[in-house]
Amino acid sequence: MTFTAFLIKYAEIGIKGKNRFLFEDALVKQIRRALRQTEGEFTVSKASGRIYVEAEGDYDYEELMEALQRVFGIAAICPVVQIQDQGYEDLARQVVSYVEQMVPDKKITFKVDARRSNKHYPKNSMELNADLGEEILKAFPEIRVDVHKPDMMLHVEIRENVINIYSRAIPGPGGMPVGTNGKAMLLLSGGIDSPVAGYMIAKRGVKIDAVYFHAPPYTSERAKQKVVDLAKLVSRYSGPVNLHIVNFTDIQLYIYEKCPHEELTIIMRRYMMRIAEEIAKQTDCLGLITGESIGQVASQTVQSLAATNAVCTMPVFRPVIGFDKQEIVDVALKIGTYETSVLPYEDCCTIFVAKHPVTKPNIKVIQASERNLEEKIEEMVRIAVETAETVWCK
Amino acid sequence: MREIYLDNSATTRVYPEVLEAVRHAMEEDYGNTSSLHQKGLDAERCIRQARDTLARLLKVQEKELIFTSGGTESDNLALIGAAMANQRAGKHLITSAVEHAAVGAAMRFLEEQGFELTVLPVDQYGFVSPEGLRQAIREDTILVSVMYVNNEIGTVEPVAELAKAVHEARPEILFHADAIQAFGKYRIYPKKLGIDMLSVSGHKIHGPKGVGFLYVDSRVKIRPILYGGGHQNGMRSGTENVPGVSGMALAAEIAYRDLDEKTARMRALKQKFTEGVKQIEGCRINGPEGEGGAPHIVSVSVEGVRAEVLLHALEEKGIFVSAGSACSSNKPAVSATLKAIGLPRELLDSTLRFSFCEYTTEEEIEETLLALKELLPRLRLFRRK
Repeated sequence: MTFTAFLIKYAEIGIKGKNRFLFEDALVKQIRRALRQTEGEFTVSKASGRIYVEAEGDYDYEELMEALQRVFGIAAICPVVQIQDQGYEDLARQVVSYVEQMVPDKKITFKVDARRSNKHYPKNSMELNADLGEEILKAFPEIRVDVHKPDMMLHVEIRENVINIYSRAIPGPGGMPVGTNGKAMLLLSGGIDSPVAGYMIAKRGVKIDAVYFHAPPYTSERAKQKVVDLAKLVSRYSGPVNLHIVNFTDIQLYIYEKCPHEELTIIMRRYMMRIAEEIAKQTDCLGLITGESIGQVASQTVQSLAATNAVCTMPVFRPVIGFDKQEIVDVALKIGTYETSVLPYEDCCTIFVAKHPVTKPNIKVIQASERNLEEKIEEMVRIAVETAETVWCK
Repeated sequence: MREIYLDNSATTRVYPEVLEAVRHAMEEDYGNTSSLHQKGLDAERCIRQARDTLARLLKVQEKELIFTSGGTESDNLALIGAAMANQRAGKHLITSAVEHAAVGAAMRFLEEQGFELTVLPVDQYGFVSPEGLRQAIREDTILVSVMYVNNEIGTVEPVAELAKAVHEARPEILFHADAIQAFGKYRIYPKKLGIDMLSVSGHKIHGPKGVGFLYVDSRVKIRPILYGGGHQNGMRSGTENVPGVSGMALAAEIAYRDLDEKTARMRALKQKFTEGVKQIEGCRINGPEGEGGAPHIVSVSVEGVRAEVLLHALEEKGIFVSAGSACSSNKPAVSATLKAIGLPRELLDSTLRFSFCEYTTEEEIEETLLALKELLPRLRLFRRK
């Protein structure tokens, strides 16, 4: 059966009180954005608390579903048959015809769930449930009713100007529409974790900018291209991402020269956070996002996290903090970033990774080491921020 | 920024004349060689002319050349085609430890298909020993494949002696040589050398990519690996790549012009470069020096610097080279060749390949040496502790 209309169900938007329209408008906007790259012409409309996507002419069903399943805020996508009210007889015929087409094998159970927001309709919901159920039973002798766990929940919505008939709900990604929760700066490396972290925060309606620390010749152009590719993959969900590419080589070498080797990673990360926060401030971001997960590597022990966190005043969101590696990989596979993340270009050459880095850094000791950098570091950070190159990833 | 391209063993820039020939073939002789009309005939004439040129350069018959999509296909066709066609005579294959992956991986595929494989070791310079080969030959040996010039360290294998060892043991054993790095640098006469099959690629000699050929002696039977319309006597189905083949043949012709002067010049540059490199602290040359090595390939190991870092540092100065093996913390893609010559472990990840061509100038060599001298001490300041 070919559908031309889809009812978009949203979950949490419904509870946002007087702000509800803001969330709905954002969702409509995000759906339009997602459909721009989808083959076919679509109209997205908002009508009395419902969002509809209608296809004008030919379209690719699978492609449409994939696109909609990337729009945060969508709880479910229901392919819907829309009819005009031409009396109960016509409705009954249309409902039977719907069941006829949707269920080739009639050995199933069903339940009718009728609702009417058009209170002038001659039958009320209870009557509609009973009468339409009876019509279906009459038409298909093998079909059975099950009011507790039906195979098919047949929704019939009598609205002011249209009647919706639907039974299938394809799950959406959930979350909230991007743009309803401010903007945050993602520290994007070439690894598996940070794209997942960006995805998870975008899912809560947050717009994403990203920052990448490039260290030529210690990291290659291919590693940089890989990060651009990852930002593009995240942007399929989050919408366009401004990727700020910071040249970090000089700072890295300066730290290497002046600080104890086993503290390199921690001090480097502290400067990355400082630079990210500075760029975040300039681009109206209200928080930072990292892909850190407790204990995954030396720089992600609780002590190390505390040491890197101490340099920021902005909140730092770490959505995968309690995830095991495999759990992160599972999300990366689901959102399609895994394959790119595991390409073997290094994002941080191991020269700068001590064989035995500190795992329990003492913040006082780290601060003392950083005092060795006092002479030049502020200027270097300023230059790094100023010379950052911005790539628009969509 | 001016460019110093020293990665000619990866690929080369096409000759301007080749570019013109390819364009002409695409624009004018665009017919399908199988078509019966004039356009088909014109295209066929291009192929025939190319065949003629290449046969003349190798001193072989036109019908002994099969055009392919490049070096990898030539190697695959030679090995898989010969093994499949001759498996009734035996299932033993021999190759060396320093082959390109197009031979190595094809051999491993044959191993999976039930063939037995002997991999000959090499000495510290990468040479395969004819005596070692003689001893490895068995009753059921049907095919031996050893490369002409090693792509990573430039070793010129003693193919004539190796072929002789093979044919003295039993004339019907086939000898294949991967000549992808050798063609256009040496005058190769397969019949004189006793080579039964020879692989060549177009883009290593300033020709186009996506084209190559395999020489197969007319007495040798192989089975095709591609099936279809039966082009090229059924040995390689698929519409002939007219622009590619024309371009490759022209490139070969140009490469052979003043070949001896060109290679002598490259050898002089190599000499200058290796001498310069040896004076830089902590650098060593891999592979044979002098006539035992190809005129255009220099492998350099640099103590205390990772190849990929040096590669990118040179790149910042407009100098393009290759890493002996890719730098990667999670997946060390260590070069089989460098391992086979017994290069110390710590240098495996610190080896670069510089490869020249006829366009390489003395100035470029000097600048590259200068860049190395300047970069190495700086890069060595930063090493993993």
